[in-house]
Amino acid sequence: MISPRMTLRMQEKQYTSSLLIFFIYNPSFGPQESEVENKIRNVGLCEAIVQFTRTFCQTKPAKSLHTQKNRQFFFEQEDSFWIVMVVRNPMGEEPNKDGKPQEEEGILVVLILCYSLFFLAMEAGLLQYLQTLHLQSRDLLDVFGGIALFPLDKKSYLKIQSFVNRVEESLSLIKCTAFLYNDQLIWSGLEQDNMRILYKYLTTSLFPRHSEPELAGRDSALRPEVARNLLHYGRFLTGPANLKDPEAKFRFPRIFVNTEDSYEELHLIVYKAMSAAVCFMISASVELTREFCEQLVGLVGPQLTLLVSDICEQYNVNRRISGLDKEPQFKFIYFNHMNLAEKSTIHMRKTPSVFLTSVHPDLMKILGDINCDFARVITLNYNPIRVITLNYNPIRVITLNYNPIRVITLNYNPIRVSSLNYNPIRVSSLNYNPIRVSSLNYNPIRVSSLNYNPIRVSSLRPSFDSSL
Amino acid sequence: MSEEHYYLELCENPVQFENASSVNNVFFDEANKQVFAVRSGGATGVVVKGPEDKSSVAFRMDDKGEVKCIKFSIGNKILAVQRTPKSVDFINFIPDYPHLEFSQECKMKNASILGFCWTNWNEIVFITDQGIEFYQVLPDKRSLKLLKSQSINVNWYMYCPETAVILLSTTFQGNVLQPFAFKSGTMSKMSKFEIELPVVPKPAKLNLSERDIAVANIYGQLYVMYLKHHSRTTDSPCAEVVLYQLPREGSVKKTNVLKLNTTGKFALNVVDNLVVVHHQSTQTSIIFDIKLREPDCALNVHQPVLPPRSIHPYRIPLTGPSAVPSQPPVPCELYSSSWSVFQPDIIISASEGYQWYLQVKLPPTVNLLQDKGKLIDFLLRRRDCKMVILSVCSQMLNGEDKGSLTVVATVFDKLNQVFKEYLEAEQTYTVAMESGPSRGSTARERPVRTQAVIDQSDMYTHVLSSFTEKKDISHKFIIAVLMEYIRSLNQVQITVQHYLYELVIKTLVHHSLFYMLHQFLQYHVLSDSKPLACLLLSLEGTYPAAHQLSLDMLKRLSTANDEIVEVLLSKQQVLGALRFIRSVGGNDNISARKFLDAALQTADQMLFYTIFRFFEQRNLRLRGSPCFNLGEHCEEHVVYFKQVFGEQALMKQATV
Repeated sequence: MISPRMTLRMQEKQYTSSLLIFFIYNPSFGPQESEVENKIRNVGLCEAIVQFTRTFCQTKPAKSLHTQKNRQFFFEQEDSFWIVMVVRNPMGEEPNKDGKPQEEEGILVVLILCYSLFFLAMEAGLLQYLQTLHLQSRDLLDVFGGIALFPLDKKSYLKIQSFVNRVEESLSLIKCTAFLYNDQLIWSGLEQDNMRILYKYLTTSLFPRHSEPELAGRDSALRPEVARNLLHYGRFLTGPANLKDPEAKFRFPRIFVNTEDSYEELHLIVYKAMSAAVCFMISASVELTREFCEQLVGLVGPQLTLLVSDICEQYNVNRRISGLDKEPQFKFIYFNHMNLAEKSTIHMRKTPSVFLTSVHPDLMKILGDINCDFARVITLNYNPIRVITLNYNPIRVITLNYNPIRVITLNYNPIRVSSLNYNPIRVSSLNYNPIRVSSLNYNPIRVSSLNYNPIRVSSLRPSFDSSL
Repeated sequence: MSEEHYYLELCENPVQFENASSVNNVFFDEANKQVFAVRSGGATGVVVKGPEDKSSVAFRMDDKGEVKCIKFSIGNKILAVQRTPKSVDFINFIPDYPHLEFSQECKMKNASILGFCWTNWNEIVFITDQGIEFYQVLPDKRSLKLLKSQSINVNWYMYCPETAVILLSTTFQGNVLQPFAFKSGTMSKMSKFEIELPVVPKPAKLNLSERDIAVANIYGQLYVMYLKHHSRTTDSPCAEVVLYQLPREGSVKKTNVLKLNTTGKFALNVVDNLVVVHHQSTQTSIIFDIKLREPDCALNVHQPVLPPRSIHPYRIPLTGPSAVPSQPPVPCELYSSSWSVFQPDIIISASEGYQWYLQVKLPPTVNLLQDKGKLIDFLLRRRDCKMVILSVCSQMLNGEDKGSLTVVATVFDKLNQVFKEYLEAEQTYTVAMESGPSRGSTARERPVRTQAVIDQSDMYTHVLSSFTEKKDISHKFIIAVLMEYIRSLNQVQITVQHYLYELVIKTLVHHSLFYMLHQFLQYHVLSDSKPLACLLLSLEGTYPAAHQLSLDMLKRLSTANDEIVEVLLSKQQVLGALRFIRSVGGNDNISARKFLDAALQTADQMLFYTIFRFFEQRNLRLRGSPCFNLGEHCEEHVVYFKQVFGEQALMKQATV
């Protein structure tokens, strides 16, 4: 486990090519007494490594350095912006000569996410995110970095659309809005890439910190507020805790989003009523006042409360009709590159930072490895469909990789997982040569006997269909 | 005053007649809407002018004394003329029937006839001060047959021809009204009711004048309108109109009160289900819509819909020999004391010889009624409302007078509610027709599509398509409005037409809002259709994910298998295409050449091998031989296969 005891940030105000180093490392590395000296030394070391490897390949300098004790990851997100992360090797793990590329990819993803979060939420985001970061529990969903979408019928969805449009019209300061329900996204006015980061921040950092009241007393026990003589359950997750407090400060976290060619700084107002959370983003150049907040509460609070009870009712009806309240028949992880939609029936209930998975961690690891292979073979682009079946009794893992959608289905029996041994090379080689495949009793045309066809995958899309 | 000022006008083509004078008496028949100009008791001519030319007649009759009342039966079949208080004379106007007059005296002794009403082409009711007598006229026998009579003291009477209801004023004060309904030979007594007078005079005397009562059909219901004047002893300082609803059966109810907010002389008309109250001293009129509920008023108490306005100034064109073409038309005096007002919408100026129909002009109401929701409610109940409503919609989306989204939503919801009600009625009718007329106890009438039914194509053509092309409106607002319309349609379960989706997509694509489009598609806000899938396919160049979205949509449609194969082949996904067509069971009918061509284009020999082998196997299964038929035009592919993989690689004919 790492804890970010030391962070060093050197930056100039302009976002030009001036050097900026963002450095994170493990405190066990250096003695406490000479912290500053150590920081400089470490930064220097990383720079040296990167510069040295550049002599071999100008465009692709080293990404990681493995030593017996730890691994260092370097990542250049933008020109001259470096993120460095040092991870101690787990105790008792045998040194691996292959370098475990799949894990590397995972950690790099985390690294990129760190950077994104750093950029998104300067003030609060990063430190809190790092505190919640558990590298060992990192799994496929972290690697995908997707967005869970809330299944909703068309009528309710349009009501939300209408609500968002009306609020944005009445409060013209609002630049864009995102609407979440049960920590799942319904509407985003932000572009996809920005939303992906904001979503991560909200679900891993902001929401968990505010989940206590709900967990403690459930929704109904929350004390309703009164605005314009209407009862409502709205409250700010960012900004002032109580509007009536004369001392209340109207400061909201600021986030950076990248527009086409520049970055824009925005205030992030997160307003919650029962299970719905609405993010309003307002240009940071505007000073937010008590009047504005009161206006927002008066407008949004009662409307949102009504809307939420509507959605909740509709959602429960749909669940009952489609029998979704029962245990799912298949276990799957779904991820769609196109819209970043993710859905998993393996991950049960998110605690503030960790997913609880209903399968053995080793199996999760194997799935991560398979996915990593996909990520690499994808560039070959021979045939967008890849199906891998591991038929090791008693587990059958079917992974479908239909670019850009990945679905991993498990038909799984929890006994004797550890005996599973997955050889990435053999499986991936299956995919390249149709003739050899048939000799392995795998005829590409007969894929459909696996009950799979490319379009069926999309009909699997659980997160879009209200029926699912 | 601009044209936008007046919302009431007199019709352009009034019925013209010779003005009343000492030698020319003028009568108006409300049933046939005919004006009778009787010169010298008819000896020098009777000119009858009706709303249409064919109902206009001119004839002569003998002068047998002063004419008190003159009316044709329905269809101008028989003319009835009252000259004395005791009898009515009849003249046949049916061809081939004797033209000689015949006469009928009222049955009751010492009674004097107040008037008569035709209820049919040959049925007539005499109203006397002692009761009513219902006769059938037998023109061939030149006599009348008494069908029914009723003895009752009558002060005055009023007739509503549309419903064939006669209202009699009875009792000393005259405020107890007794209606009778007539229908093909039958007369039925409806329940009587009492008008609440503001003051009860002592001693009792006739206190309710027929001038203060009008009978009219409003929204298909019969109402008696009572003009209740201001009285010093009651609290209300202003006059009001009290409406009593007369149901066919059951008791009469006092239903609405119209607040006039002033005093003086008034006259009532009903136009397009609106109650129009003319006020003589201010020369203005106000209108009331009894279906428009006032939110801050007690139930069924109404304020005028619009501020008081005069009737649009009217100019009399000079005609006849004295008219000079260059001479400007003469302005007509409005609200003149010589005006007579008849129900429902007739104004007659006997001194000038004109009969007009009063009309409501809808366009000016748009700017006079600020509350858009109320305005739409008002317009939806009017006859010629479609273009006005559409212009209201355009106006609220464009320009300075732009409404908020909340207003837009309210308006859309109101329009779609009416649209939905029509669709439902239509469907119920269709179902009833299909199940056969024997099942339904009463024969249903096909629902009438009024102008208030504004469908998606009206909205698209007149409002939305031009609105989305406006450059000076933010695309955010355009999209919000389109989504609001789609939401409103969904709310009442109306299937959204494809061209509306196309507008949304066009706008989104134009502003590169692909992620927004993607989100809409995810939630099926834009419903699946082949045209939409094709549109998405065309967007692939600018938004790569559109390709997949399109394929998914085609698959969901399940009627677009050929398209899916074509799309996959065009992307060189030959195996994918083959798998797909297999999965839907169409692999026996596909063209081998098409797939082999596509495989050839990929320049992937292994792929070509696989595809070739697949078709060899298909040939074997279907025809017992792996060879291709001549008609399949696969010769060049066989040659290529032999070249690359050798003759021996060809599948062998199964040996028996």
